[in-house]
Amino acid sequence: MAKYIGKRLIYMVITLALIATFTFFLMKILPGSPVASADKLSPEQRAVVEARYGLDKPLPVQYFDYMFGLVQGDLGISINQFKGADVTDVILSRMGPSAQIGFQGMVLGTVLGILLGMIAALRQNTWVDYTSTFVAIVGISIPSFVFASLLQYWFGLKWDLFPVALWNDGFMSSVLPSVALAMFPLATAARFIRTEMIEVLGSDYITLAKAKGASGSEIAFKHAFRNALIPLITVLGPMAVAILTGSLVVEQIFAIPGIGEQFVKSIMVNDFAIIMGTTIFFSVFLIVIILLVDILYGVIDPRIRLSGGKN
Amino acid sequence: MTQKFDEIPELPKGSFERITLDAKQAERITKPSVSFWQDAWYRIRKNKGALFSLILFGLIVIMSFLGPVISPYEPNAQTITHANLPPKVPGIENLGILNGVGTLGGEKVDLYELKNVEVNYWFGTDGLGRDMFSRVWKGTQVSLFIAFVAAAIDMLIGVIYGGVSGYFGGRVDDFMQRIVEILTGIPNLVVVILFILIMDPGILAIIIALTITGWTGMSRVVRGQVLKYKSQEFVLAARTLGASDSRIIWKHLMPNVLGVIIINTMFTIPSAIFFEAFLSFIGLGLQAPDASLGTLINDGYALIQFAPHILAFPAILLSLIMIAFNLIGDGLRDALDPKMKD
Repeated sequence: MAKYIGKRLIYMVITLALIATFTFFLMKILPGSPVASADKLSPEQRAVVEARYGLDKPLPVQYFDYMFGLVQGDLGISINQFKGADVTDVILSRMGPSAQIGFQGMVLGTVLGILLGMIAALRQNTWVDYTSTFVAIVGISIPSFVFASLLQYWFGLKWDLFPVALWNDGFMSSVLPSVALAMFPLATAARFIRTEMIEVLGSDYITLAKAKGASGSEIAFKHAFRNALIPLITVLGPMAVAILTGSLVVEQIFAIPGIGEQFVKSIMVNDFAIIMGTTIFFSVFLIVIILLVDILYGVIDPRIRLSGGKN
Repeated sequence: MTQKFDEIPELPKGSFERITLDAKQAERITKPSVSFWQDAWYRIRKNKGALFSLILFGLIVIMSFLGPVISPYEPNAQTITHANLPPKVPGIENLGILNGVGTLGGEKVDLYELKNVEVNYWFGTDGLGRDMFSRVWKGTQVSLFIAFVAAAIDMLIGVIYGGVSGYFGGRVDDFMQRIVEILTGIPNLVVVILFILIMDPGILAIIIALTITGWTGMSRVVRGQVLKYKSQEFVLAARTLGASDSRIIWKHLMPNVLGVIIINTMFTIPSAIFFEAFLSFIGLGLQAPDASLGTLINDGYALIQFAPHILAFPAILLSLIMIAFNLIGDGLRDALDPKMKD
């Protein structure tokens, strides 16, 4: 186990270093100067600005400066969006709202999805099952930004139940974005739990439990549900990816001052320090989540041998 | 014992016919032999959701080519005086829907009458007075094109890479898998956005961004399958009979791997459609006047409050395509899975 985790950690560091290097050089060849309104500056002013951001140094020096700063958690300085602010601070200051809607969406979606999947499996091939399967297919298919705009239109504009796009109403403001993000985890969990439950319900130990006279609910919750739940951990990774991707558009739609909204803005104004910082932040977040999921799965389910055999 | 037989009443003559067992007939196949693909087709026909989706998708493809042609307006022709008209379809208008009535200053009015528009726009018009009907179908065409090309490239690279890695194994496989492991570690979203940033926006840029790491999924699946089949007896038999590497790969391995390749591609397409729409929605997609479903949704979203129909039609179409593809993919997975044989 320790060997496996060590190997994964090394891979993680290599991947991150590659992403950072890649991002750095991509930003260097990006069209347009990162120094805003650079044309209007006199050569002297330009030199001062460039010196301030370290742009006057040769490329390799800039690269090593950047990588060295990265190791210490320093993502550089924002160039034109938040003049001179630390990228790390910008990201940290915007983490709150993103984390809140992401977490709420994840929890809401997973819990509802598990319920839906369980009911579908226990009432297999009835209208309940078909409805739940339909909800799951729709949830996986409809992109979060379409769903978010629908929610905004009906619940915000038409019925006026929730704020349309203001992040000043505490929990109420976070309801619609969380629901929009919850769709994918909901659909994934429902499909997954249904398949797992049906498989578990057909296994020998359930037959044994039935033979011993266990009641229906006892079988469903005590025996089947627990075992169906474990493999759900494997889809937590894809769910996190979907929530993060979704947050870019959902934050945009509901005007949430989060990281995703910030990222899209910085792409528009070509603030390469923020783009790089956010890219690396996203990568670290996703890679760590996927690693944790893999390790967690190995710890919880001893049948999975992590070091080999697993494809 | 013999007494008992005597008790049996006499049976009418001719009720039984004596047959002789013919040893030659024992091996005869009485049912018509069903090939793998016939069997798969039979099973997919039984899956109503998948079949319906297949038909729906066929109709959407046909309309994406026919729509811009049968509409009397060019997708990019602007008629400013006809801006933001709600949909109006002759025949259906009397039912109270799609009748050209929209809200203006909080009141419901027939905008066609108000603006003196004699013609009908089936899906309404956008903020520049462009016909949404032809734009939506043209956009569908572009979105589908991007998705199919991206999926085809993913398939090509993935199959070759995974095939080579799995078939040759050993050090080649080790090396190739280390590369894939690092590539799959990079979040797809990050790669796509970074690549789109450095390239000139357009269809090509989106396709390259989608395929740059998109093929890794396919290569893993193909490698797994090739590893599984290459050590089986029929491959050994072919090799013993002197079959070349290319013959083993194309004649013996490929037919077995084809099922997973198809299934995987069927799931790549909706994900490509999603990413294209996603990029367009955050402003990294196609540039005006080119339009895909994503850019149309993005445009429509800006006017959601006043003219929701501009958002509605491309959003409905995008959702329908995604649902259809997921259902077809699910159906194919069930149909091509040999374990499901019944």
